[in-house]
Amino acid sequence: MTYIAGTRVRVRAGDPDHHTRAPRYVRGHTGEIVTALDRWPLPDDSARGVVPPREEMCYAVRFFAADLWGSGDHTVTVDLWESYLDRA
Amino acid sequence: MTAHDDLPAAARARQLEERLIAAGLTSDDEIDEFLTRLYTSASPVNGARMAVRAWTDPRYRDLLLSDGNAAAAQAGFDPLSYQLRVVANTDDTHNVIVCTLCSCYPVSLLGPSPGWYKSFAYRSRTVREPRQVLAEFGVTLPETVRISVWDSTSEARYMVLPQRPDGTGALDAAALTGLVTRNGLIGTALV
Repeated sequence: MTYIAGTRVRVRAGDPDHHTRAPRYVRGHTGEIVTALDRWPLPDDSARGVVPPREEMCYAVRFFAADLWGSGDHTVTVDLWESYLDRA
Repeated sequence: MTAHDDLPAAARARQLEERLIAAGLTSDDEIDEFLTRLYTSASPVNGARMAVRAWTDPRYRDLLLSDGNAAAAQAGFDPLSYQLRVVANTDDTHNVIVCTLCSCYPVSLLGPSPGWYKSFAYRSRTVREPRQVLAEFGVTLPETVRISVWDSTSEARYMVLPQRPDGTGALDAAALTGLVTRNGLIGTALV
């Protein structure tokens, strides 16, 4: 599945017991796909030595500061692999 | 940067190098050659040259914003080891780059990253209160300018295309390149 720009997505909540590149401050939050970047190995697999690592599309996802922090008028765009995301 | 700040990191890096050498994965010569190659070519002048070309050539600007790697190649740089994404400042939007997880950044185009870029304060505060962080860098933006923060959490590397300053119409490319700073390409300066 590939998300197109503008799709609303929610970052999966939870706290894996291994390395991940989903920053804690966006977990559980809803944002919007800005663009698909490329397909890259999933860092969660690479860091654990999983061979071969899953390769997934990675997306730039934009969040409103007010949603993340309860204040602020800026946006924060975070690059997130597909398995970090669910359609919101 | 001070010696007492550098020592623990340098000692840890050396231990890691020794482990890699002992495992037969690299050698001191290979590491030296890599670092020499990197640091003789990596410089913010590279990013500045691309920014200036974008200011003066609309077709190059379009390429830079749509395919940073192709734009770097067209400017004569070796193929980049990352996907380059360039975000343009406008009258309405100011962009700023951070890596909250570590210190990712397009080294070959901006040179070695400044110490503050790797600091916990910059990494944690920029996503939360960028307007205050920018003010501490001396960048006070009008309330009407929206701030767009880019957190480099993947294999992509971000660079800001600053706006061309007013009153620079008579300057040639070399003089314009001299105006663009590393901080301007990160977003912690206007240019």
